[in-house]
This record gives sequence, C-alpha cells and structure tokens, in this order.
Amino acid sequence: MGRYIIRRLVQAIPVLLGATLLIYAIVFALPGDPVAALAGEKRLDPHIVDVLREQYHLNDPFLVQYWHYLTGLFRGDFGDTFAGVPVTDIMAGKFQVTINLAATALVMEAVIGAGLGLYAALRHGKAQDSMILGATLVLISVPTLVTGFMLQLLLGVKLKQAGIDLFPVAGVAEGLRSYLLPGFVLAGASIAYLTRLTRTSLMETLRADYIRTAVAKGLPRRRVVGRHALRNALIPLITFLGADLGTLMGGAVITEAIFNLPGIGQQLFTSVYLREQPVVVGIVTVLVLVYILANMVVDLLYAVLDPRIRYE
Amino acid sequence: MKKTSTPVLPARGVAGNEPLLAVDNLHVEFATRQGAVKAVNGVSYALNPGETLAVLGESGSGKSVTAQAIMGILDMPPARIPRGEIRFKGTDLLRLPEDARSQIRGQRIAMIFQDALSALNPVFTVGSQIGEMFQVHRGTSRRDAHKKAIELMDRVRIPGARQRVNDYPHQFSGGMRQRIMIAMAIALDPEVLIADEPTTALDVTVQAQIMELLAELRRESDMGLILITHDLGVVADVADKIAVMYGGRIVENALVHDIYRAPAHPYAKGLLDSIPRVDQKGQELYAIKGMPPNLLDMPSGCSFHPRCPYRQDICVTEAPPLYEIGPTRNSACHYWREVLDGSHG
Amino acid sequence: MSDTLAPDVRRGAKHGKRGRRASAPKPDRVASLWTDAWYDLRRRPLFIGSAALIIVLIVMAAFPWLFTSVDPFDAATCQLGEARQGMSGVHWFGTDNLGCDVYARTVYGARNSIVVGVTTTVITALVGGLLGLVAGFKGGALDTVFSRVTEIFFAIPSILGALLILAVFRTGNVWTVMLALAVLTWPMTFRIMRASVLTVKNQDYVTAARALGASAPRLMFRHILPNAIASVIVVSMINLGSFIAAEAGLSFLGVGLRSPDISWGLMIADARERFLEAPGPLLFPAIFLSLTVLAFIMLGDAVRDALDPKLR
Repeated sequence: MGRYIIRRLVQAIPVLLGATLLIYAIVFALPGDPVAALAGEKRLDPHIVDVLREQYHLNDPFLVQYWHYLTGLFRGDFGDTFAGVPVTDIMAGKFQVTINLAATALVMEAVIGAGLGLYAALRHGKAQDSMILGATLVLISVPTLVTGFMLQLLLGVKLKQAGIDLFPVAGVAEGLRSYLLPGFVLAGASIAYLTRLTRTSLMETLRADYIRTAVAKGLPRRRVVGRHALRNALIPLITFLGADLGTLMGGAVITEAIFNLPGIGQQLFTSVYLREQPVVVGIVTVLVLVYILANMVVDLLYAVLDPRIRYE
Repeated sequence: MKKTSTPVLPARGVAGNEPLLAVDNLHVEFATRQGAVKAVNGVSYALNPGETLAVLGESGSGKSVTAQAIMGILDMPPARIPRGEIRFKGTDLLRLPEDARSQIRGQRIAMIFQDALSALNPVFTVGSQIGEMFQVHRGTSRRDAHKKAIELMDRVRIPGARQRVNDYPHQFSGGMRQRIMIAMAIALDPEVLIADEPTTALDVTVQAQIMELLAELRRESDMGLILITHDLGVVADVADKIAVMYGGRIVENALVHDIYRAPAHPYAKGLLDSIPRVDQKGQELYAIKGMPPNLLDMPSGCSFHPRCPYRQDICVTEAPPLYEIGPTRNSACHYWREVLDGSHG
Repeated sequence: MSDTLAPDVRRGAKHGKRGRRASAPKPDRVASLWTDAWYDLRRRPLFIGSAALIIVLIVMAAFPWLFTSVDPFDAATCQLGEARQGMSGVHWFGTDNLGCDVYARTVYGARNSIVVGVTTTVITALVGGLLGLVAGFKGGALDTVFSRVTEIFFAIPSILGALLILAVFRTGNVWTVMLALAVLTWPMTFRIMRASVLTVKNQDYVTAARALGASAPRLMFRHILPNAIASVIVVSMINLGSFIAAEAGLSFLGVGLRSPDISWGLMIADARERFLEAPGPLLFPAIFLSLTVLAFIMLGDAVRDALDPKLR
C-alpha cells in the first residue's frame, strides 16, 4: 500500500505540473500590465515600475517566470501579490468559505442522494421509483443559476414573509445556517446523479449471484440488503463522492455569486480584474491539488472496500 | 398421500412413509414481454434420506428453476407457481408463510451454485460468510462462529483452514471456492442439499474431487442430495437415481444402473450416446441433432419430436404421458419399448 | 475480404425487431442496436416530448420573428417609462428594467443558447471522439501521452478555467464562449470514446477482420467506430444541455456574451438587482433555459435507455 501511495504521488506530479503550467500560461496571456493595474488611474514613477518588474521577475521569459513560481510552490510559497500581500493570506479566508460551502453540499449530496437512491432501488418499478427518477431529471436539468434564484425567492424571501426565517439568502454572517440554501443549490445536480448512481448500483448488486446465495442461506431480507448488497453497492458511490469534492469547490463560483458568498470564486473574479496573477494561479493550483488528493483518497478507500483490488 | 391443512414446521428425524422431499406436479411460469414462459410443466420427483437424485437436462430444461422453487429463491414476480406442491416431510412448502419458510431455507434445505466465484460475496472473508450461518440462525457469537467456520473448512478438506479463514473468495482456486460453498451449505446439517451444476465451472480433475466430497458428506450425514447437471458422466458414480428433464418436463425416471444399461427415452439415449467412450475410439461421436426447444414456442405433441429419431405421426399430435414402465421407472415416450429394445441391441 | 461481414449487418437489421439482441456482440449488433433503439424510442413519451420541445426551440432559434413581431435589437421598442410591468396582452412576459419586452428578448435568446450548445458539442465530439478513437486503437506512447494530457484537463475546474480563458479575450461572444468550453471539455468525449474503443477492439469480430487483413483505417472506421460511437452520442447529447447551462452561467458572471447580444444568462444577470420585487424578467428566461437544458438531457437519457437495455 505504501508503495502504491508513493507511485500515485509520483504520477500526480505531471498532472500538477501540466495544470499549473496551463493556468500560468493563460494568466500570463491575460491582457493588461499588472503593475499598471496596481497603480490604477495614477501614473507610476518609471523607476518604481522597473523595481517592481524586477522583483516579480516580470521581465523574464515566460518559462523562467513559471520556474520561479514552481520552485516557490514546492517550498509551500504561493508568492505575493504585486501589492506585497502573501497570496496564502488572501486565499485562506476565501477557501474557508468555499470549503464550508462544498462540505455542506457534499453532506447533503451523500445523505439525500444515497437515501433517495436506496429507496428508489427498493421500490424499483413502482410509482415512488418513477417519481424519484423524474425528480432527478429535473434536478439535473435546472441550472444552478435558476435553482439558486428560485430557492432564494421561495425559501429565503417568501418563507420569511410568512414568518419562518430559516434560510439566510446572502452572506455568511449566520454561520452554518448561511450555507444551507447555497449548499443545496450547489449540490443540486450532484444529488440527482448520486441518486441515480445509488439506484443503479444497488439494483445491479441485488441481481448478483452472491445475493441469491445470501437469500439461499436463509438470511433475513434486512441482512441481505443491508449487509451483502449495500456493502458492494457502496463502492461506486464513494468514488463519485470523492471525485465530486473537487467539482463542487471548482463549480461554486456561480452559487457564490448568487448568494454573495465571499469564497474563492468571488476572489478569482476580483483578482482577474485586478490582474493579481499570483492569486489566480494560486487558487486554481489549490483546486487542482484538492482534485488530485481527493481522487487518491478515493482510490485508497476502494482498496479498503473491495478486497479484490490490491495495489502493488 | 397425506396433506397438511394447517402448515406446521416438519420435525427433524424420521417422518413415516413420506419421502424426505417430494415435488408433485410442479408448474412454474415466468411473465415476459412476449407472454408467460412455462419453464416447469408438471414436474414430480421424490428424494429419500441418504439418497442421491441426479436431475439431468440441458439449459432451459427447467432443472434449475425447479431447484430454485424448492429453495424459495425465485423472484416472484416475474415467476409464478400456478400449480403443484413441494412437500418437505409432508409439509407443503409453497403454503408456508414466508417466516416459516425462511426457517427451512439454508438451515434444513441448503443449496450450492455453479460458479462459486460469483456466488460468494467478494467483499467478505470466507470465514465470515460461513460463520454467518451460525451467527444469524443460531445466535452464535462472532468468535465461536469463526471457530465453527474453521472446523467446516477442515471438514471440506481445505488445507490450512486456520490460516485461510480470513482470506477472500478471489484468493482461492476454483475447486477450493466450491468447497467453501459446500462448507457454507452444510454448516447447519441440512436434511436436503441441492447442488446446481456444482462442477461445471471446474477442471475435470477437480470435478471428480468435488463429486467425491459431496458423496462422502452425504454418506456421513444421511442427508438427501439433489445433483443438478447436464453431464451424465459426472453423476454415474454418485447418483442412486436419475430424473431426465426436457422442455420443462420429466421424460425419464430411473435407477442409475437401469438407465445406464438401457435408456427408455430417445433423449436420454441420445445423452448417453454422446458421452465419449474409450472403447469407441475412432468412431464419430454421437450428437443429438437440432436445438433445445424454445419455451415460448413449444413444439406440438411430444416436445422432443423435432429432434427424435423414433418420431412417428402420433408424436407430432399427441403429448405422451409419463408411462410407468417398471416399479422404479417412467418414460414419456410413445415408443419406449422400441427405444428400450434398441438400447439393448 | 472483410466485406464478408457486410451481409450479416444487413441481415441483422431485419432480425432486429424480433431478435431483441439476446446474444453477445456480433457485427450485426450495430444495425440491430440502432433499429431496436429507434423502435423503442418511438414508444417513449419522454423521447417524443423532448424531441418536440427541441424542434420548437430550433425553429425559435432560426426564425425568432415567427414568434414575436417585436425586434428586441431595436432600441425604440423599449420604453423606460414602462419598466418592470407585469404580464399583459401587449407584453406577455412583462417588461424588464429598461422597459424592453421580456417575451421578445427571451425568444431571441434561444439562438445563442442553441448555437453555443450545438457547436460546442460538435467540436468536442469530433475532436475528443477522433483522438479517443486513435488513442484507443493505436495504444502505446500516443495513448499514454493523450491520456496524461486529458488528466491535466480533468484536474482544472471547467467553469473557472473557462472564466480565465474568456478573461484573456477581452470581448465575449458566442465564438469565444464556444472555444473556452470546447478547450476544457473535449477530454470527456476523449475518455469515453477511448474506453469503448478498448472494449470493442478485443471483440472477436474485430480480431476476425484483422486476421482477414483489414487495414488499420478500415478496422477503425468500419468495424470499431460504429460499435463504439453509441456512448459518445449519448454523452454528447447530455453535454449539450450542460454547455447551454454553462453559457448562461458565464454570461451571468459577465465573461460570456455581452450586451447588446441577447442571452438568457445575461437577462438573468440584468434582472437580478430588482429580482425580489419584479421576478418576471428573471423567471421567464430562467424557465426557458431550464426547459432547453431539460429537453436535451431528457433526449440523451431516452436514447441511452433505448441503447442500453440492461439499465431498464
């Protein structure tokens, strides 16, 4: 197992390098001069401009700049903005918001998605099953943009007018409660996918030969489904959930915009506008890292859940 | 024959004149898009303690469906049992409520399946899957169930049981996996063991070992054994009697040495003739011509007539009854005498 | 030589309806797969409904003047004095913040959504599909390189990536949006095509054709592609819906289409400030957007179910 982890880490290096290089190149190509952007309307003293350009290696060729960034990254240094603020300082608070949001969404996804999928599979072919399938279709199809505003209007405002103040509709002032509505909106399509995946996976498992064996052993249905089927059906769900963490964090930008959450999406926006290239690259790099690590954890969990998989 | 009007669980031990297990005029249908498929069409057979009954037939003959009906593991729907009885020591299992049925399933009638790799749960150790029988049905503690699992693995002669009890199914060879299936099935000393093609997926040498193990276990415990197979060669040494199935019906019932000496149904004869034999080396191997019948579109009259070398006009129009042709013998062929004579010659 | 397979294909088409594809994949599987699927689809209300909806949307995109006599590009049709009116006989969907007719704008918004969705889908299907076909078929170093490259793209969150690419082009229009989306999503089609090519490649009939001396292009396009393409088509249809949603999202964020272009996402962005008091200008484009995405996802769903009888 240990050797497998090392191999996976080694394999992750080209992905990390490629992704950061790609992002660095895109950000490098962003129009406008970052130093000029820093100054805003004022005209800077040419001498100061030269010093800044030198300090941030802006006069070096692209690949050299990337190299400077990369070596910094491996020391855990995400660099400074042109205004001299460490990028990690800027990112920390924003990532806290996005992680809260994505974690809320992930929990909702796991609980609601797996629950509904389980129920649908056990009611396979009945009215409840069709209703759940129909609901997933709608949930997949309605874009975040739409669910976001609809729920904001219905739950956040109309419900409040009716005297029930459950869901704050903007900002993060109210702690965990602030994340409930945006978390659900962000999770929307994922809930639907997980419901379908759970349903299919469980139905497929229930048709397996070893389930017939479990029935023939005279085990109660509770145990056949709850132990023999579920344990096998869970395996693809774990993969999906793990891979989805990265997707949720990276896809949070629209949800953050709708609910005015000061997360990384918002920050990315601001930083693109301000030409704070190190922040932009830093944010995407962290997201790439999250994606890589989440997938690696999923792979390792796989080995725990399915003994047939052995890593050499 | 006595019928129990109020279903009660049959007691362990001897039960008068009733056979241990009697399938009586069993019909099983499957609902499909194209209509009801009659998979089992009036099958009857009986099994006594300590006896081995081989049920022989090609796939689709209804042999496995009959076994699953006995176990009560058919998916209903789509399956349906419109008629028939399955009497276990005189009690009709089909009329038992589900909770009473589950007291029998696995504990008193157990079953092993063809492909042990897919029939064992891949994510649990073999020890836990064997021990589960004791934990669930006997309330044994996990630790004791573990010990029992090792004992059972020893009993089915898995080398190094103590070391291997915590291994997973995929870590065993095909023959060893089938032994684990058997250990699981005999865990609670069932009175009836149904083995559905237990050796089909195995190498020839391993096949013989598994058959030998099954025969031994039956001798040790006086349980009845139903051996389902499509391979006449496998059962010759082990079985006491044979029921040959074709198209959802029994076409011949016989003691094993009778049928080997002289089959009384053209299909059984065809099966016997297609076994390769050393003394016929060099000759062309016999094969039954034609295809197994389509259950959705059964031939008229005798369902075997399109493939039958003895066919006469009556076979196309009239389905033969199961003629009683001896004290322990039946044949569903209008011309069983000719077949029998032909076999002797 | 390998032409000997052709009669089977034709015979397979005839057997299709009766045979209900019971046996293992054979060359005649392709024809019967599609005939069966079509036979099956014509009976699915979900398919008929979504296909009808898509036809209406395509007509709306091509000839919007059939649906409304108001030309939303004509500034004279907007009356600031009539801003945020409710539904009426004159303005079916009411008017927006600038007093423009919401119905006309919504109708005209269909074009950009459909164009972005369809074109991006075609580009990704062609590029990803072709690369996947070649990589899966040839294997070796080529496959390794392409697979690594797709891993890099998978690691980058697509909405954020698209946002950055769009920030590089200072102007946003349908072409830049399509480009940004296609650049980031072709690896999905690549991966699916590659996986199904790997499965199909080892089927007996391909081995047989190879043994008969069929050339590599002939093997790829005549024997492998027809059998591997089904999954790519299904995924492309479902992706089409998400491209439309992504365009709306990017336009909403201000990096996609820009005024005076008309886009549902842009309309939602414009209406959001006054959304809680006048929901109409936001709701109607939102409903159209959702229905469009729903129609394409439903279509993909129906086709997948028809092609994959196991999941029924």
